[in-house]
Amino acid sequence: MTTLKGARERTVRTGGIELCVAELGDARQPTVVLVHGYPDSKEVWSEMAPRLAERFHVVLYDVRGHGRSTAPRPLRGGFTLAKLTDDFLAVVDAVSPDRPVHLVGHDWGSVQSWEFVTVGRTEGRIASFTTISGPSLDHFGHWIKDRLRRPTPRRAAQLLGQGAKSWYVGMLHTPVLPEAAWRGPLGKRWPGLLERAEGVAAGDYPTASLPGDAAHGAWLYRDNVRPRLSHPRPDAYAHAPVQLITPQDDAFLSERLYDDLDRWVPQLTRRTIPAKHWVPRTRPDQLCAWIEEFVASVEGGRPEPGATGPHAARFGGQLVLITGAGSGIGRATAFAFAEAGARLVAVDRDAEAAARTAELARLIGAPQAWAETADVSDEQAMEKLAERVHRAYGVVDVLVNNAGIGLSGSFFATTTEDWRTVLDVNLWGVIHGCRLFGARMAERGQGGHIVNIASAAAYQPSRVLPAYSTSKAAVLMLSECLRAELASRSIGVTAICPGIVNTNITSTARFAGADETEERRLRKSSARLYGLRDYPPEKVASAVLDAVARNRPVVPVTPEARGAHVLSRVMPGALRRLARVEPKL
Amino acid sequence: MTTAVSSELTTELRGFRSVQRLAYECAEAVAARLEPGVTEREAARMQREWLRERGVRDWFHLPFAWFGDRTAFVDFRVPLQFFPTDRELAPGMPFILDMAPVYEGYTADIGYSGSLGADPLHDRLMADLEAHRELILRETRERRSLREIYEDVERLMVRQGCANRHRAYPFGVIAHKVDRVRERRWAPHLFGFGTQSLKGLVSDALRGHREGWSPLWSPHRFSDHPPKPGLWAVEPHLGFRGTGAKFEEILVVTDSKDPEESAFWLDDDLPHVRRWAEEK
Repeated sequence: MTTLKGARERTVRTGGIELCVAELGDARQPTVVLVHGYPDSKEVWSEMAPRLAERFHVVLYDVRGHGRSTAPRPLRGGFTLAKLTDDFLAVVDAVSPDRPVHLVGHDWGSVQSWEFVTVGRTEGRIASFTTISGPSLDHFGHWIKDRLRRPTPRRAAQLLGQGAKSWYVGMLHTPVLPEAAWRGPLGKRWPGLLERAEGVAAGDYPTASLPGDAAHGAWLYRDNVRPRLSHPRPDAYAHAPVQLITPQDDAFLSERLYDDLDRWVPQLTRRTIPAKHWVPRTRPDQLCAWIEEFVASVEGGRPEPGATGPHAARFGGQLVLITGAGSGIGRATAFAFAEAGARLVAVDRDAEAAARTAELARLIGAPQAWAETADVSDEQAMEKLAERVHRAYGVVDVLVNNAGIGLSGSFFATTTEDWRTVLDVNLWGVIHGCRLFGARMAERGQGGHIVNIASAAAYQPSRVLPAYSTSKAAVLMLSECLRAELASRSIGVTAICPGIVNTNITSTARFAGADETEERRLRKSSARLYGLRDYPPEKVASAVLDAVARNRPVVPVTPEARGAHVLSRVMPGALRRLARVEPKL
Repeated sequence: MTTAVSSELTTELRGFRSVQRLAYECAEAVAARLEPGVTEREAARMQREWLRERGVRDWFHLPFAWFGDRTAFVDFRVPLQFFPTDRELAPGMPFILDMAPVYEGYTADIGYSGSLGADPLHDRLMADLEAHRELILRETRERRSLREIYEDVERLMVRQGCANRHRAYPFGVIAHKVDRVRERRWAPHLFGFGTQSLKGLVSDALRGHREGWSPLWSPHRFSDHPPKPGLWAVEPHLGFRGTGAKFEEILVVTDSKDPEESAFWLDDDLPHVRRWAEEK
């Protein structure tokens, strides 16, 4: 019946109700209590509970009227937040009588947990609270009131936006109909709906008790929503540290709901995740990692957070792998991710440079950073790297294929060897990266992102860059195709087209047809030109982070790259004429 | 070089060395008194007063103090931004004290970096500066052009993952010549620079312009010449995302054929050098 393998079950009696409680893991470890939402039962946590049980004493229970817990009689008035708080205290007293627990709630589990964490009688019983997709009804009430009181256009739009997402709450307030639907066709179709709309894989979830859970659970809304939204408590301040995890594509809750949350929570940790509502099913690994980190920091006395970057909520704790991280854009990108609190794998063919990047990354906020040596054009080396990374650090959340080399010179001066070298690094390097790390990302099925550093030369032709531009145009198209293929796995693919950026690409670039002294001179003067343009790689790095956070397909960075991008669509003839100009170096 | 000339040089060098030591003593004394809430202006005044009390009457430039991300000259566009502000020091913040007193006609120009409490990143940058001190001396002895040395320093900084922040100084200089200054009873300053010293620098620049050298050690074409004998205040300045570190001290360049004597640091007993020795 239960999908929670190895769980110890017991029954806790409170106020005439029998609650089905399951426990996993070592009871001497800190206790983590998982509270499920609507329409669900504790089995919604079946992916996360075993993983959390490796480090914690995990406790789950079926909310009254759900799963194998009994329902109150009569139902009306049996689901008030006060009664749900009684249940929670009864469970906590039974499983962790002398230590406060770490609370995790999803959906309605989070809504009721907000009540637990803001009422006086639970003070000292809760060590921390991780809220996923479920606001406090009191905070929500104040949020609506504030917006009704002063409906500026923006606030009115926020109100309407959330109103549109809350349509189902009204439906649930109609008598009899919801029960009939859930026990009838909706209950039968629900698993299919979840799979199609939310990407929740079918299997042993949802459980067979779904129609009954959903029918009883309608009273959660009927007993609480109207009274609380119309008369929100003025003192709903959290008495424990709170970690807010916001799925960005939640169909039921707007991100804006949490704008004023700092008012109610003194020390709020914010996390955002590009996913839909049912994250405990679709992103269990990321959620577990954040819960583990948060619980550990609370248990350890909450040291100051190391990462303060603008995207810390989005990338904190994520595993980011960057090729060519020993210099230029790759290194700057590594530092930007480090400032956002990501865990880093800095790959470069220059071991010393990669080590340096990793060392500095740790100093500016990366909780962990490793250096790896590999030549991206070497298939076997990349395979070994992928194996090492997956075994030692896990599946990569963000992959940045950055490594690249420059090659300039006329088409006829470019030898086949030159062609091979530039395509091996610039194109095959990206292919290997996408193939090896992207495959595991897709296989895991919990989202991710691939960034390929293309170039403005991908759409701006030039008589002096035939090979380089060809390789970069290929990277651009590869990114677009891959984006189409991986969209269904919620993996985003971005092509970044930087333009002229002041990096050392010029000092390693090959100039086809030039002898050694001439090549040295050309490198020097192109380096000087790039230096005069002086567009810093740090700006490209922040464009990379923005692009990942917003899941953008193609991002030209420098003004000239953006200008050329526009021209390539509206006036390609102008770019063609420009391509004929031979720059004097 | 005759003995007479070199002994004469030595007395002169002794004068420069003692004022450089005095300036570093001042930096250490003021750094020890820095605490949370002290502003850049106050730190600059502390340096000025400490040196005035010990007989300093003239300046190559008035003392500077930079706190927090101002140590890396973040968003510096105009020279006025170098002047001390009301930025307050907070725990964990890096700081730089930079002063150039003139004492008995001898000029010093020094830079002292530190942090209020432990800052591993700042420690890293300070440790990284050691390689630059070695590189500058080695290449000066090799009589490489100043512009080339400048570029090599910059390349090393980039390799280290840092940015060249001395580029923010006027003319982007990594060093400038210092000289003896005539002592006057009235020693006014212009935009923070002592008029006597400025006069010396300008006359050097004019003479250098005729002879094809420059008292400014910069990335520009006018520095594309071998090191000119004299005293150079060298100030490599590393920056890494809002944290900066530098040292500044005098490099003596002579026209001796012996490489050891052709260039040497005026003093090896300085806080940053001692710090590197302790770390080993």
